[in-house]
Amino acid sequence: MRQPTIVAIIPAYNESETVGGVIAAIKKENVVRHIVVVDDGSSDGTSKAANVFGAKVIRHPKNRGLGATLETGFQAARLFDPDAVVTIDADGQHDAQEMKKLVQPILDGRADVVIGSRTKSGEGMPILRRIAVFFGNVFTWMLFGMWSSDTQSGYRAFSKRALDVMRLRSQRMEVSSEIFQKIARYKLRFEEVPVRSIYTEYSLAKGQKLSNGVHVMWKLLLRAVE
Amino acid sequence: MTIQWIFIPFALFALSRVLLRLRDGTLSFGFFLFWIVIFSLAFVAVLSPDSTTKVANFLGIGRGVDVVLYASIFLLFYLVFRLYVMMEGVRHEVSELVRQIALKEFGRSQRRKSR
Repeated sequence: MRQPTIVAIIPAYNESETVGGVIAAIKKENVVRHIVVVDDGSSDGTSKAANVFGAKVIRHPKNRGLGATLETGFQAARLFDPDAVVTIDADGQHDAQEMKKLVQPILDGRADVVIGSRTKSGEGMPILRRIAVFFGNVFTWMLFGMWSSDTQSGYRAFSKRALDVMRLRSQRMEVSSEIFQKIARYKLRFEEVPVRSIYTEYSLAKGQKLSNGVHVMWKLLLRAVE
Repeated sequence: MTIQWIFIPFALFALSRVLLRLRDGTLSFGFFLFWIVIFSLAFVAVLSPDSTTKVANFLGIGRGVDVVLYASIFLLFYLVFRLYVMMEGVRHEVSELVRQIALKEFGRSQRRKSR
């Protein structure tokens, strides 16, 4: 039987401390064929660190934000004609051991998009993060009519069909909600899988914050009106 | 009234700019019409202040000058919104450029490795 081609995309901005560990953990699982790190104009040697650990590296000459970085990752992934694509954060908050579980619904042909839900498993997520995620979920539902228990999760898997239609326009954090807009618009089959989150002081300092919420909401409103 | 002496030359100057921008293609025909309507309304309001009072009475606002103020605030909000949307468009285009540069370099490095 033909081995499915799975591509892992790691969007990274100044993550030289952790990106190597994430790449090593993914390689150990032996689930993905290509690991693509998209360095969003880092100044701390993230590209170099990713190269050392054997990932394919694309580097934005200027910082453009998470949304733009993910879209670059998707365009690069299409070059490998994958059966599935997984996105995973570079700060080490996701457990690479759960990657197989994340792509399985796609390989089984049950889903086009699988979200690794941190709130479903309830493990390791600080209360402030839970509140931020809840507001993100409500806002996404109000704008796009899609409910998910973790719209802001960076641990996701996409089928070939989802990859074909997922042309992201968002520049920054609001991309997490835009993905749900696309799921609704193209009637993609969507599943959630509980995943554990590994929060460290480092990842807490870097990730989505409650204070970003207003900015994200404004951007989403604009997208809905545009 | 003094305001008429100040406003009319300014409005004529602004209208000439609108015409020039239409001719050099910077302004779309839709926006040309938009600015013509705005300046025509302003002309009417300055030359015949009573007309704003009539509109105010019709809308139940009170004073004619309040109608002008409210309309200006609405217009400014709208223009700021348009500007924001335009800025987003420019940001998107910059990202697209950055992406194309990054992907081109990626393609090159992949070819070098495969040799």
